[in-house]
Amino acid sequence: MRHTISLTVENKFGVLARVAGLFSGRGYNIESLSVAETLDPSVSKMTIVTNGEDKIIEQIIKQLNKLINTIKVVDLTVTGHVEREMVLIKVSASGENRTEVLRLVDIFRGKIVDVSPDTFVIELTGDEEKIGAVLNLLKPLGVKDIVRTGKVAMQRSIQHNSIDNK
Amino acid sequence: MKMNGAKIFVESLKKEGVDTIFGYPGGVVLYIYDELYHSDIKHILVRHEQGAAHMADGYARVTGKVGVALVTSGPGATNTVTGLATAYMDSIPIVVFTGQVPTNLVGNDAFQEADIVGITRSCTKHNFLIKNVKDIAKTIKEAFYIARTGRPGPVVVDIPKDVTMDSAEFSYPDDIELPGYKPTYEGHTNQIKRSIDMILASKKPVIYTGGGIISSGASKELFAFAELLKAPVTNTLMGLGGFPGEHPLFLGMLGMHGTYAANMAVTHTDMLVAIGARFDDRVTGDISEFAPEAKIVHIDIDPTSISKNVEVDIPIVGNAKSILAEMNKLLKQDKRLKGFVRESEDWKTLINQWKESHPLTYKETGKLKPQFVIERIYELTKGNAIITTEVGQNQMWTAQFYKFGKPRTFVTSGGLGTMGYGFPAAIGAKVAMPEATVIDIAGDGSIQMNIQELATAVQYKVNVVVAILNNNYLGMVRQWQSLFYGKRYSHTDMSHKPDFVKLADAYGAKGYAVEKKNDVLPVLKEALKSKLPVLIDFRVEEEEDVYPMVPSGASLKKMLLA
Ligand SMILES: Cc1ncc(C[n+]2csc(CCOP(=O)(O)OP(=O)(O)O)c2C)c(N)n1
Ligand SMILES: [Mg+2]
Repeated sequence: MRHTISLTVENKFGVLARVAGLFSGRGYNIESLSVAETLDPSVSKMTIVTNGEDKIIEQIIKQLNKLINTIKVVDLTVTGHVEREMVLIKVSASGENRTEVLRLVDIFRGKIVDVSPDTFVIELTGDEEKIGAVLNLLKPLGVKDIVRTGKVAMQRSIQHNSIDNK
Repeated sequence: MKMNGAKIFVESLKKEGVDTIFGYPGGVVLYIYDELYHSDIKHILVRHEQGAAHMADGYARVTGKVGVALVTSGPGATNTVTGLATAYMDSIPIVVFTGQVPTNLVGNDAFQEADIVGITRSCTKHNFLIKNVKDIAKTIKEAFYIARTGRPGPVVVDIPKDVTMDSAEFSYPDDIELPGYKPTYEGHTNQIKRSIDMILASKKPVIYTGGGIISSGASKELFAFAELLKAPVTNTLMGLGGFPGEHPLFLGMLGMHGTYAANMAVTHTDMLVAIGARFDDRVTGDISEFAPEAKIVHIDIDPTSISKNVEVDIPIVGNAKSILAEMNKLLKQDKRLKGFVRESEDWKTLINQWKESHPLTYKETGKLKPQFVIERIYELTKGNAIITTEVGQNQMWTAQFYKFGKPRTFVTSGGLGTMGYGFPAAIGAKVAMPEATVIDIAGDGSIQMNIQELATAVQYKVNVVVAILNNNYLGMVRQWQSLFYGKRYSHTDMSHKPDFVKLADAYGAKGYAVEKKNDVLPVLKEALKSKLPVLIDFRVEEEEDVYPMVPSGASLKKMLLA
């Protein structure tokens, strides 16, 4: 099963290598990984998406905890959380395609961030489902390239009754 | 007081109570060596940096203190990697200081540069690169703390040359700031209570213990625990010495070359209490048939060891010593204990039958037997010596035939199985405990891997005895070839080798060659009195095999018995 893990670490050089090395050395998968400083610049937060059987996930979490520079590990999959990813999509847009692309971008609350006579670059944020849906709709129009950030995720403050406003 | 980095380094080591460094100099550690020139810290100049790491490791295993090695950058540093990996697999606290090229050259493929922090990331508990002279004291404090606490392990501290030259104010910190490192020591009270209920409800208990008993200093508590329950105890290789080898409840080692009784007992037990052991594949054999009928309680300081290989019923994370003390307290007050001991009598009768029907043994032929040599070493030292081993048959026979009575007397590379470990480890042990009798039980192959340390032993008058069980083969590999590869002895013939007696002589040590049974004891006696390091070349039976043996990956009950 797929898990989204939030990892709080000391912001020191080499920490990313320790995390990556743990995954590669033990044969665990990383689907995506994003990392940046937090409000406290001495601390970084990573969001790691990984998959594996329960036993593997349990080991991954324990092993991450074991790293000296790890401050906290939370498996967000089992708690209420919001997750988002940003994607840049370069799409062919010439002739009548152009209006169709613009319409889709509008519906999904994306942005056009670069324009050329026959392409647009779209910036879009959302969860996996939404990004998947947009890509599916754009593909027939001619998607030339995409770049994704990988997921970032955050635990909800209240664990029930909250609304995920995608 | 302001001082240069090299002086801060030495002062910090003193604050950590370091009395001995095993080291080898080179360009980037010259400021440090200049400081050591007039320091009262003892420095042992090794002949190969691998030796330094193993000596620090041997020192640590017999004392429980952190062992220290110091080497130069590049090749000096990479030469310690095997020593680090050895210490890492066996959870041994050492700190290895490596010199590094000056900070402005780091990353430039400078002369003798190696990214040792990158190289050793996966074979150390943690490692550091110090970039500023102001961080030396703090980093050393953290390195020692990380090495010896929690599940102990090796730490590398990489120090660029300019950092040792720059000056800063020296003050050794009192506190540690490691927000992410808080080892758990106290076991969960509820889990402890539940485990007592589970144990007392069983009829066929076995206590299975490993290196965690040794490193947490829990052998007294283990003894009391076993005596209270009157439950049989088996040890892993790393656990030997944690429980008296001659005790009636002792089953011997389990696993691939474990005793018949130990392997049968874990196969038929209904209650396995695992303490400071990690269900290594050499111990469990076919994991799906390991202790198939048992409920399992697993006590370990490292959460990643729990439920890694085997699903357990009750995990208890914490220090074995304090958890066992807690369990003993509860057991003493427990009214169910008497009934439990009575109910498990049949089980112990069965175990004793296993012990009697299949004791550890070997066949006498005309030739000198390796097991015979080990028995004589045991007889002579009465279990009071520190015994190190190399790797292979020599190691397994030692584990079987030397009845270790006390913790920290058996020093062997268990997890990594490093040939060439035993001799430098013996030197490290003897440096730490000059009064102790220290014997490396070696193989003719392994001893050649770090033989250069004979010069170190002679120079510092570290009078260890090396008992080479010379079978003219890479014996353990030959045994596998004999059993599983149609006796095709592909490249395991070791008959081409130096004359060990002359070699000892050339180094200024003392050498003996022994071929006859009757000479074993007299030569050993002489060796133990020697004023020089001793190499004894025991010309033993060439094609002797280690039994019992569980073929790799087979179930423990499928032992080959000679
Ligand atoms: C550094 C290293 N290389 C290779 C091996 C694989 N190996 C395990 S036992 C063994 C044979 C050891 O021969 P020897 O030291 O003569 O011991 P014996 O088994 O004959 O007692 C070898 C090659 C190892 N454990 N370590
Ligand atoms: Mg041999």
